[in-house]
Amino acid sequence: IMCASAKYNTRGPALIPRMKTKHRIYYITLFSIVLLGLIATGMFQFWPHSIESSSDWTVEKRSIHDVPVVKLPADSPIPERGDLSCRMHTCFDVYRCGFNPKNKIKVYIYSLKKYVDEYGTSVSNTISREYNELLTAISDSEFYTDDVNRACLFVPSIDVLNQNALRIKETAQALAQLSRWDRGTNHLLFNMLPGGPPDYNTALDVPRDRALLAGGGFSTWTYRQGYDVSIPVYSPLSGEVDLPERGPGPRRYFILSSQMALHPEYQSELEALQAENGESVLILDKCTNLSDGVPAVRKRCYKNQVFDYPQVLQESTFCVVVRGARLGQAVLSDVLQAGCVPVIIADSYILPFSEVLDWKRASVVIPEEKMPEMYSILQSIPQRQIEEMQRQARWFWEAYFRSMKAIALATLQIINDRIYPYAAISYEEWNDPPVVKWSSVSNPLFLPLIPPQSQGFTAIVLTYDRVESLFRVITEVSKVPSLSKLLVVWNNQNKNPPEDSLWPKIRVPLKVVRTAENKLSNRFFPYDEIETEAVLAIDDDIIMLTSDELQFGYEVWREFPDRLVGYPGRLHLWDHEMNKWKYESEWTNEVSMVLTGAAFYHKYFNYLYTYKMPGDIKNWVDAHMNCEDIAMNFLVANVTGKSVIKVTPRKKFKCPECTAIDGLSLDQTHMVERSECINKFASVFGTMPLKVVEHRADPVLYKDDFPEKLKSFPNIGSL
Amino acid sequence: MQTRKKYIFLTFLASWLLLFFFFGDQLRRFAFFSGRKAEARRNWPRWTDRSLLKNFADPEELQRDGDRSLLSPRERRAAWLSVYKNSRCRMETCFDFSRCEKNGFKVFTYPRQRDQPISESYSKILTSIERSRYYTPNPEEACLFILSIDTLDRDHLSRQYVRDVDEKIRGFPLWNGGRNHLIFNLYSGTWPNYTEDLGFDIGQAILAKASFDTESFRPGFDISIPLFSKDHPQRGGERGWLYQDSIPPRKKYLLVFKGKRYLTGIGSGTRNALHHIHNGKDIISLTTCKHGKDWEKHKDTRCDKDNVNYEKFDYQELLHNSTFCIVPRGRRLGSFRFLEALQAACIPVLLSDGWELPFAEAIDWGKAAIVGSERLLLQIPSAVRCIHPERVLAFQQQTQFLWDAYFSSVDKIVHTTLEIIKDRLSLHRSRSRFLWNTLPGGLLVLPDFSTYLGDFPFYYLQHGTSPSEKFTAFIRAVSQAGSLSQPILRLIQAVSGSRYCAQILVLWSCEKPPPPSGKWPQTTVPLTIIQGRRKLSDRFFPYGAIQTDAVLSLDEHTSLSTSEVDFAFVVWRSFPERIVGFPTQSHFWDPEQGRWGYTSKWTNELSIVLTAAAFYHRYYHSLFTEYLPEGLRELVDGLAACEDILMNVLVAAVTKLPPIKVTQRKQHKETVAQQVGWAAGSRRFSQRQDCLNQLVDWFGYMPLVSSQLRLDPVLFKDQVSVLRKKYPRLEK
Repeated sequence: IMCASAKYNTRGPALIPRMKTKHRIYYITLFSIVLLGLIATGMFQFWPHSIESSSDWTVEKRSIHDVPVVKLPADSPIPERGDLSCRMHTCFDVYRCGFNPKNKIKVYIYSLKKYVDEYGTSVSNTISREYNELLTAISDSEFYTDDVNRACLFVPSIDVLNQNALRIKETAQALAQLSRWDRGTNHLLFNMLPGGPPDYNTALDVPRDRALLAGGGFSTWTYRQGYDVSIPVYSPLSGEVDLPERGPGPRRYFILSSQMALHPEYQSELEALQAENGESVLILDKCTNLSDGVPAVRKRCYKNQVFDYPQVLQESTFCVVVRGARLGQAVLSDVLQAGCVPVIIADSYILPFSEVLDWKRASVVIPEEKMPEMYSILQSIPQRQIEEMQRQARWFWEAYFRSMKAIALATLQIINDRIYPYAAISYEEWNDPPVVKWSSVSNPLFLPLIPPQSQGFTAIVLTYDRVESLFRVITEVSKVPSLSKLLVVWNNQNKNPPEDSLWPKIRVPLKVVRTAENKLSNRFFPYDEIETEAVLAIDDDIIMLTSDELQFGYEVWREFPDRLVGYPGRLHLWDHEMNKWKYESEWTNEVSMVLTGAAFYHKYFNYLYTYKMPGDIKNWVDAHMNCEDIAMNFLVANVTGKSVIKVTPRKKFKCPECTAIDGLSLDQTHMVERSECINKFASVFGTMPLKVVEHRADPVLYKDDFPEKLKSFPNIGSL
Repeated sequence: MQTRKKYIFLTFLASWLLLFFFFGDQLRRFAFFSGRKAEARRNWPRWTDRSLLKNFADPEELQRDGDRSLLSPRERRAAWLSVYKNSRCRMETCFDFSRCEKNGFKVFTYPRQRDQPISESYSKILTSIERSRYYTPNPEEACLFILSIDTLDRDHLSRQYVRDVDEKIRGFPLWNGGRNHLIFNLYSGTWPNYTEDLGFDIGQAILAKASFDTESFRPGFDISIPLFSKDHPQRGGERGWLYQDSIPPRKKYLLVFKGKRYLTGIGSGTRNALHHIHNGKDIISLTTCKHGKDWEKHKDTRCDKDNVNYEKFDYQELLHNSTFCIVPRGRRLGSFRFLEALQAACIPVLLSDGWELPFAEAIDWGKAAIVGSERLLLQIPSAVRCIHPERVLAFQQQTQFLWDAYFSSVDKIVHTTLEIIKDRLSLHRSRSRFLWNTLPGGLLVLPDFSTYLGDFPFYYLQHGTSPSEKFTAFIRAVSQAGSLSQPILRLIQAVSGSRYCAQILVLWSCEKPPPPSGKWPQTTVPLTIIQGRRKLSDRFFPYGAIQTDAVLSLDEHTSLSTSEVDFAFVVWRSFPERIVGFPTQSHFWDPEQGRWGYTSKWTNELSIVLTAAAFYHRYYHSLFTEYLPEGLRELVDGLAACEDILMNVLVAAVTKLPPIKVTQRKQHKETVAQQVGWAAGSRRFSQRQDCLNQLVDWFGYMPLVSSQLRLDPVLFKDQVSVLRKKYPRLEK
């Protein structure tokens, strides 16, 4: 199977039994001769044909006037009208899409033709600028295939964006004669302006049988949920006018209406609002006396005042988008571009891309009947939320409205997500603007669970050659009631670990893992031997922690399973003189890190450290043989957004035998190096994820005036 | 032996050669051209005259999309009412919003009739509604109506099928063509087609139905509910089965199914194919033909073998030990299996084409289930194998969240249905999809409180904001004296000394009026007196005056120092969703009496923080007052000292986490008990214990969670100079 999760498979593949060497040589020779023969045959047989098919495409420079003309006989078949009951499982042929490792559908575009009826009159404009842009975008995308046999989705090059620009019956006939039409199965049509006078249907009137419709003005009655795609009506102003993003905040007008030719009924409702609320409501209309040469579409007027459109939209907090003859309005795009929060007044309208976009975050939908209450409804929205909606509106425009390319790709992605739902893009990816994606965290261990105590923890001791001290650590740790397994990571390649018989006898399984290289990151590898969620990382010289302290640490970890819970705490500080971060190990009132020389954490973070550490941090740590603990603190804080928990009072972390080593941690160069690590990691993460807190965890009755023997963890804090 | 091998080899080569000649065309495409593909790809042409192309619509046409000759909007809406009804109902055409405007969202249930038997499940649904905060016994003020006729089982072969529903309904004067009615249904149609037919005309009523088919589903109007059994608990409900977040998922099986195989009829296509993916190792897919009376008549060749295999595995064991569970359609689209898998944290792999998933209007199932296609069954194994372990873990956690938030009891299923309808009534005051799909879930988030994420205690991290940097001190005064006592003066001084204090509110709950403003101490922060209604639940009323995220709740007898307040507030900012406070108590299970016990003695654990001195988020005032049903608050008002237990139970039910105790300079005394003497103290104690048990009964489970830790300042009682310590006063 082709998937990338093979990392987990730590066991290698079974070896293929070897053939005897003599036979092998014989077979290989025979095989190669035959193969060479075949290739040669193939070359002669088929090579020359291959050039022929691409001949009409080799000419890159072609004009639209040169496209072939197709004459449609008057009696050529017309597809059935669209079937309202169509759903992906009834009208879509998924077998064409197949399973593929990239989980991408293949989209084929029919080549451009000019369709004429029997009398030679053309059926429609050959292609509009926007539809050409859309097809170009599809063609340049990952979805595109030029092989009609491998395609899953077919996009006709017949332009049906605007129903008013085409002849309905003849366009339908043109669709029906497409080479793979097959009742429209797996065909996708793009339409932005559906319907026509007098009744303005909300979906394209061209009979299209089973074809999917990406439509720009669906109502709940014509939209086939999960089958059609609701798209925006593209506003050409998006490409012409550059409106720089305006910071969120209060604007000159509260409500603005900029649409021309609103129905008088809506108009009078709006005017009533204006009469009631004065200048904060601005109702613009078409300008009547513009000088020649000024395009009417770029100006709006209120009484004698003339405003530039769409720039004026940026002056208002809310902008009204009322339905016209159709439900979908191009003004929505302009409003979003201006970062104005759209107030949508169009009952039963299916908002663009509503299958994936959460419009409640970017717009206010008000039922037509409630128009008189609009002002009070909008005033009840908290200011900070309005600011977020402004930002969100702008983001929707940038990501999904700004060009035909954006519209095309979002449409295809939605269809793709339906076909490969297990690889679908998530709600957050669709909806969160980059600034939110950047500033927010989504904790991978988000479910509030207190893991069962019975599970226990696995202690991992990283060691090189301090056997005596190691054995003492093992003996001490084994006294902790909740220890369930002890793993020694033997990081010395030049020396074998002591014989089995020499190891201390303890009550839980003890495993020794030998590593291939002396790397610090070996401490954080997600070994299969770790069967518990909780891991206690402990150095081979930490012998001063009492059994009560370790057991208490485990209990604290159970209450905070998504954090690092450790003993010695450290702090990072901003050095104002040097303008950079500084590492601090003094007695401070704050902590932001715990040393992993003695710390509990979730095994998940081993997985993250090994496979998901950003940038070159992992290699950097291995190369410098330092700061693996700081890296772990950064990683956990960055992914959870939470602080560490330091447990129990400060001790002198000093082992009697290893003064030299401990001397190192006081060493000035050591401190400089640690500070360097912090600065390096902060630059790789692009932020300072560490959280500073002023608390540590102690047992409930710690230092309370209460009989020691009744306390759960009496032996805490002894030096 | 050798010759045989050679022959086989030669035959193989010969066939390969033939293959090459006949299918050379295809082969050529794959073999020879793959390398050159990129350059030879025939893209959409770059037309030389593309800049001359016309726009798809004239800009003016786009901006002036009106037609004054059209129907006026009002006329159009009126016309809709006659066109879009019954099977084409939408909220705007079939629901009378005006009924909900005056009295808000109130739900009326028709009185139950003696002669009309009601199934266990329907009775639970009615109970849920009657216990909810939306219930009204008065049809005049109701916005939504629920029938007392059991419409759950509409299979006319079933024993619970109620006959002549049409006639009965027509007899109800409130029916009104079904407008503003909500009808619940679990089973529709019958053998052999199991159609969506209910056997009566629901008219314009909203249908909340299990196994909903997308085709008959009226989007934005109907609601798809999950199929649940008659044993589904009324309230509380079992927790999910995920106790640990293992990575990689340490389960014995990858994908399992065990269930019936239909030999004929609807749904048999999918169930008949399921055995194909069985591999006997990590994919177990077992079917049995044994069901119904005459299964042997239709039996095929596989049946006997399958039936033997089927007995070898236990359904519960498979459910517990598998990462993914296949949830195929049965005769109907939904099945019990769906909720079973969800609870078991066995990620549902749905094979039920056209099923409108439960509460899909609110729930994003893509985060908790794999929506497969019945036609692509054989791709399922490779598809699920390709899902990365961290996504599997996220899926598993999401199943548990959804199970617990919306499905684990009938109460939750019914309330979710009601909240979805309520959200439609005022769209600007409704929950976004984010709120529904993020902890703690839509039911616990009140859009009437706010629609801004940063106003809630739950979303600071996802939202990238932090709680406000100031708090409001909220002191409840109950003393009979009518003058200011020494302790309250000291308390006001201590609290106003905190640099984080924004304002002080005093809730004056005494008979006598509060002293005039001149008698109150001068403070640097504003001090406001609120006249209470002398109810215990008053102290958790969402007063408009509380403007900060944090509330420091205090009793007038509480004794605290400024450092204690400062430190506790700094801690609260790290845990804004929890109660952070000083004196604590704990609960325990008393096996002798078979009930929950409660102790205020010094213990190694804690699960309740007294609200006589505690920080918490102001949103909990709203939850307490708006979310909890009135009956509970009445219970609390009737007892002497129970409101703080209820607050703790509520917060624990929301967060699933214990409260946090912080360092306290000297032990808090139960001052009230001291005042009123020992006898009254013990009465108070037993009342609190009773209260706890009543609350557990109401919630359906014990929400309180115990903690073994206390948070102290980093250098608390460390052997280091006092001058270095930020909170030296805490150590006295």
